Amino acid sequence: MKLTGAEILCETLTRLGVRDIFGYPGGAILPVYDALGKSKLHHVLVRHEQGATHMADGYARASGDVGVAMATSGPGATNMVTGIATAMMDSSPVVCITGQVSSKVIGSDAFQEIDITGITMPITKHNVVVTQAGDIARTIREAFVIAKSGRPGPVLVDVTKDAQQATAEFDWDACTPKLPPKRIRNNHNQAEFDRAIELLNTAKRPVILAGRGIMLSNAMQAFEKFVRVGNYPVAMTLLGIGCFPAKDPLNLGMMGMHGEAWVNHAIQEADLLIAVGMRFDDRVTGDLRTYAKNARKIHIEIDRAEINKNVKVDAALVGDAREVLENLTPHIETRDHSAWIRHINELKGDSAVRDIQSLPDTGHLYAAHVINDLWKETRGDAIVVTDVGQHQMWEAQYYHHDRPRTLITSGGLGTMGFALPAGIGAKFAKPDSEVWVVVGDGGFQMTMSELATIVQEKISVKIAIINNGYLGMVRQWQEFFYDKRYVATPLVAPDFAALANAFGIRAERVTTRTESVSAIRTAREANETVLLDFRVEQEDSVYPMVPAGASLHDMIRRPHNPLVETASDA
Amino acid sequence: MQTLVAYVENKPGVLNRVSSLARRLAINIDSLTVGPTENEEIARMTIVAHTDERGAHRLEASLEKLVDVLLAENISGRALLERDLALIKVAADQQNRPHLMELIKVFRARVVDVAPESLIIEVSGTVDKIDGLLEVLRPFGVLEMARTGRISMTRGNDLLRPPLLDIESSASEPEVSKVK
Repeated sequence: MKLTGAEILCETLTRLGVRDIFGYPGGAILPVYDALGKSKLHHVLVRHEQGATHMADGYARASGDVGVAMATSGPGATNMVTGIATAMMDSSPVVCITGQVSSKVIGSDAFQEIDITGITMPITKHNVVVTQAGDIARTIREAFVIAKSGRPGPVLVDVTKDAQQATAEFDWDACTPKLPPKRIRNNHNQAEFDRAIELLNTAKRPVILAGRGIMLSNAMQAFEKFVRVGNYPVAMTLLGIGCFPAKDPLNLGMMGMHGEAWVNHAIQEADLLIAVGMRFDDRVTGDLRTYAKNARKIHIEIDRAEINKNVKVDAALVGDAREVLENLTPHIETRDHSAWIRHINELKGDSAVRDIQSLPDTGHLYAAHVINDLWKETRGDAIVVTDVGQHQMWEAQYYHHDRPRTLITSGGLGTMGFALPAGIGAKFAKPDSEVWVVVGDGGFQMTMSELATIVQEKISVKIAIINNGYLGMVRQWQEFFYDKRYVATPLVAPDFAALANAFGIRAERVTTRTESVSAIRTAREANETVLLDFRVEQEDSVYPMVPAGASLHDMIRRPHNPLVETASDA
Repeated sequence: MQTLVAYVENKPGVLNRVSSLARRLAINIDSLTVGPTENEEIARMTIVAHTDERGAHRLEASLEKLVDVLLAENISGRALLERDLALIKVAADQQNRPHLMELIKVFRARVVDVAPESLIIEVSGTVDKIDGLLEVLRPFGVLEMARTGRISMTRGNDLLRPPLLDIESSASEPEVSKVK
């Protein structure tokens, strides 16, 4: 069957099971858009190509499938860079398809020509330029395999305009992926495996460090069995949240810079850390010299390059998390760690009295209240997509996720502006799920143009703006480390409710704690997108906080009476 | 200094990926040589990097994550044969030419070009040997020099072959390096 390159591209995507593409047209990708119109693929017109990549990323994170973003050459492609880097840092399987000027003029600085494969080389798992129509199908199929396999990541395919226009024979069976013949490493190292078993069966104070790799490998069941048999308490990274139910007594909560105090203390006191699908990021370890000094470490990780990168480990088990856990579990002994777990639980007492939930209602609206209300009202069942900053950390602390892929957040790159487009992508992946976008007033203003995408697509996404009039996390650092010199952090914003109305979106402003629950209920009942503008305490901070570079146990704790100490009360 | 060998797809852009990766990991490359192998689709690289064992592991593992890299292995510390090739143009007049020829003989180098005022000397061997020759030539006046950078091969039965060839011959699976 003879088809144009553009038709081959659309046919290949369809056969790969793609339903939705997030993109923005332009000259160098026009042939593909023409073919798209004739295909069964659904195209979501974004308002900025960064939004397209975040949507594809949100789609991938919510579904576990590959998300697809599309853009034209030049500025269309360069606008994707932040979204690609975000997907790369969090190992998200995204395929980006960009148009490129015709192969005859490549290298001539043609109109809207840019070397996007050169630009994205360090932020993609792989990228490739296609100049022949006959190579398109195989290349796209390979891109999907690469994006999804091993440690997932973004792949960019740059297709020249002449390749889109030319015709070629399309034969699905003849264009199977043909990736280079890689060395097959036998990752099972018996000595490391035996050492891990010995460490597991002799530990007195074990703690599991659970990361996103558990979800990427679909290892939730194997992980739960491992936890139950070994009776190990579980600490989670930000991206690991959801891999193990929050309500489970063995789930301690989040670790790291804004992790719960008892979790960080447990890690520092542990005699064995079992890291699963996590990479010892500086945000979870603090000062490496003082990190978990008493602990032996086991690292279960699919990416060999992560082994001994930040933390030297005693046993490295390289491989897919599910396989490794399934191999380990039959060899581990069930041991009584109740004294150790009781000790960790006792550490919680100190946190409870500092918890903002325990404070009487003085009329002040705190972000933590809002998020806790949201959790209670949705019974923890919503997909929550956050932006980056204080609200992100409060979400991690006060929304308790029991199911995988229900917290979608930019961890590694920390990309502001992620939430709204990623939330749209998540809604396309899970149309029957309730999707909440939790976003600060700063990050929302970065990508709020995607409100128009929501309206055009007639989808229902609930948006909670945690509006404190500051770039809150930066303000918090200025408060703690720069003597309260709030340079460039006070932030003017439009009336978000009026703005939403201008887009044709229902909206409500919430200023007191008593209004919070009813506003959330109204939004949930509506069969359309609703934006809630929560005007929260302006100078609240996220506690605990491990200052950058400090030891994990050196946390700044919430003052016992924060209301007295905030500037707005003075 | 750590030595790595990589088999890569012999196609445009791969060298860029490899060097860009080293840059991204902030690992300084001392020398990088690429050449074809007996299979024209596969090229072999020898990478000598300024880093420690841990950095070399990270480079090796990260290289092997690149789709176009078929195999990467840190061969530092193994029994190696190492060769560097240099062309050295040295000033030579009638008076000092005999003395120069003596030195060249001692180093088992060769004269490959003779001009009234200069000679071009070809020398191959370990980096130390070439550095040694250079040192004794310097007083004569080294006018120009070109060096290839190091190529390395493990000795004897310690085979390091590209995966494609192994599928064909299935003689010996490349040794699986232990995770340290």
